[in-house]
Amino acid sequence: MSIFEYNGSAVVAMVGKNCFAIASDRRLGVQLQTVATDFQRVFKIHDKLYIGLSGLATDAQTLYQRLVFRHKLYQLREERDMKPETFASLVSALLYEKRFGPYFCQPVIAGLGEDNEPFICTMDCIGAKELAKDFVVSGTASESLYGACESMFKPNMEPEELVETISQALLSSVDRDCLSGWGGYVLLLTPTEVQERVLKARMD
Amino acid sequence: MAGYMDLPTKGGFDFGLCRRNESLAEKKGLKIPGFLKTGTTIVGLVFKDGVVLGADTRATEGPIVADKNCEKIHFMAPNIYCCGAGTAADTEAVTDMVSSQLQLHRYATGRESRVVTALTLLKSHLFKYQGHVSAALVLGGVDCTGPHLHTVYPHGSTDTLPFATMGSGSLAAMSVFESKYKEGLTREEGIDLVAQAISAGVFNDLGSGSNVDVCVITKGKTEYLRNHLLPNPRTYVSSKGYSFTKGQTEILYTKVTQLKPKVDVSEGGDAMEE
Amino acid sequence: MAKFSPYENNGGTCVAVAGDGYCVVAADTRLSVGYSILTRDHSKICQLADKCILASSGFQGDIKALQKNLAAKELVYEHNHNKKMSCPAMAQLLSNTLYYKRFFPYYTFNVLGGLDSQGKGCVFTYDAVGSYERTGYSAQGTGAKLITPVLDNKLKSPNPLILPARDAVTPLSESEAVDLVKDVFASATERDIYTGDKLEIVVINSSGIHREYIELRKD
Repeated sequence: MSIFEYNGSAVVAMVGKNCFAIASDRRLGVQLQTVATDFQRVFKIHDKLYIGLSGLATDAQTLYQRLVFRHKLYQLREERDMKPETFASLVSALLYEKRFGPYFCQPVIAGLGEDNEPFICTMDCIGAKELAKDFVVSGTASESLYGACESMFKPNMEPEELVETISQALLSSVDRDCLSGWGGYVLLLTPTEVQERVLKARMD
Repeated sequence: MAGYMDLPTKGGFDFGLCRRNESLAEKKGLKIPGFLKTGTTIVGLVFKDGVVLGADTRATEGPIVADKNCEKIHFMAPNIYCCGAGTAADTEAVTDMVSSQLQLHRYATGRESRVVTALTLLKSHLFKYQGHVSAALVLGGVDCTGPHLHTVYPHGSTDTLPFATMGSGSLAAMSVFESKYKEGLTREEGIDLVAQAISAGVFNDLGSGSNVDVCVITKGKTEYLRNHLLPNPRTYVSSKGYSFTKGQTEILYTKVTQLKPKVDVSEGGDAMEE
Repeated sequence: MAKFSPYENNGGTCVAVAGDGYCVVAADTRLSVGYSILTRDHSKICQLADKCILASSGFQGDIKALQKNLAAKELVYEHNHNKKMSCPAMAQLLSNTLYYKRFFPYYTFNVLGGLDSQGKGCVFTYDAVGSYERTGYSAQGTGAKLITPVLDNKLKSPNPLILPARDAVTPLSESEAVDLVKDVFASATERDIYTGDKLEIVVINSSGIHREYIELRKD
């Protein structure tokens, strides 16, 4: 078993028309045993920027704390929030610094930039950025998610349809992965509001 | 140095988690996973008055395509570009680091960067890490001494060649070069040959795929032809498509938060008037 | 001394969908090993009886041996009983054939599709050593992980624990099923490097067998 599979996870982000959605499962496991079904993997950096961290839970939480710290230093120095592109570079730099002893997480970054242009991006655990215009996935259910998103994604979706699509993609993917699931969490960001939803899912 | 305060670091690698990761692998029997690779076909050739570089745009993670349209031709200096194959993070990081060193050097000297400078910086970094930084590169550019093309291997050795290929599709691409390359190609012939070589990699090597990127560097001019060819569109789209109606997913809990609009502070002309 | 390694994975994906009066069996035609393509035009689909079609991915050598073996056994059955084998019978035979080699398995991942004795579509899905199940749809091979969730979403199998037992066949019409199969293959080809080149689709219904091809990405 790989270290990435120790806790189990599924994270996905999709772009819509002037909005984005980021979703994750809610399981925390230790190998095949489920420990918690309300685990948070999607974190807020600022109002319009979120990060989902799949992989080893302990590293996800540590990395999140370091990122919040670095973002606060930036806010103090610059008196503004980070642009998503800048934040992605920061995450990449923090991960690549540990090239030979990495954090075992694969981040998914989603944010609204200037003019509310959506930005999504994922990385491997040593910070190789992968920018995409449509959707990004990570975690133990990533293969299933690739297949589901590749079929279900459409460009320029309105917020309502986007939430529905990402929810269906997430739920059908985690049902085919033993290590993730046990509920779903979806966060939709439009220029004016944040919608957080907890999805009903199979609890097996 | 990530010390007690965990302040921003000054650069260099941090080996702080190495011991933990090693014991995780040993005691728990957890495997250390592989990284994102660019299976890759990258090529370059020297033509009559410059250099043409080429690359495919597929990034793979094992048998899965992680990125269908990534950029593998990296900026080094306005007159120098570099194609990268191997571990994606390494090629990205190593080219970025050298690119910034070249920029600083240009600020200090006020002259155009030379290809050999980039080459030496790359190879000394790679040699220092004994092949653990796994970047295989094709470096090309035009400077005051003319056009140059080099290949750089992960251990830090280099070659100087009139035409070069690297990556998992290097044999497919080289077969095109070996049969068709000649000295004194024109610009159009050069671009065409590079596109053919990349296409050979794209179609015959599973590690390479999607589109063809080309970069043409001549004296005083650089053209980056992003997605020069798009030979692999999706072949079938369902006539009906997937449409999900609102409320198809069962929701346990919803929370809506309105975002506060940011206040714009603009400096008015008479703000400071007495 | 070199280690004895008798297996290879030649990649490829197989899908079958059963409906009320039809069964769609599809597979790509790429045969590859490592990062190389061996051929772009190799059929993974084999007709074993009138209304019984097998699609297999895995190790090409084992696939060929298995298909020959089954064809020979079918012929003997035909001579003994003076009729073609039914699809459920072939399903049991395939399971036995695979389990017979429990400790030196055929490295094959099979889906068997066809019509049962009532003319209803049926799909049987296997592991490499003969465990099998009748389902309404199934995907096997390198792209199975990408395709299965999509099929689940569209077709969702009834839970086998539900009483009274519900029909496993999918509610789609034949043309809708073919359209779905084409779409999921196009999606899988985008992300799985071992799936591509061409898609072979075989449809069995009451009027016989119909075969068609569409192009897939070739990179």
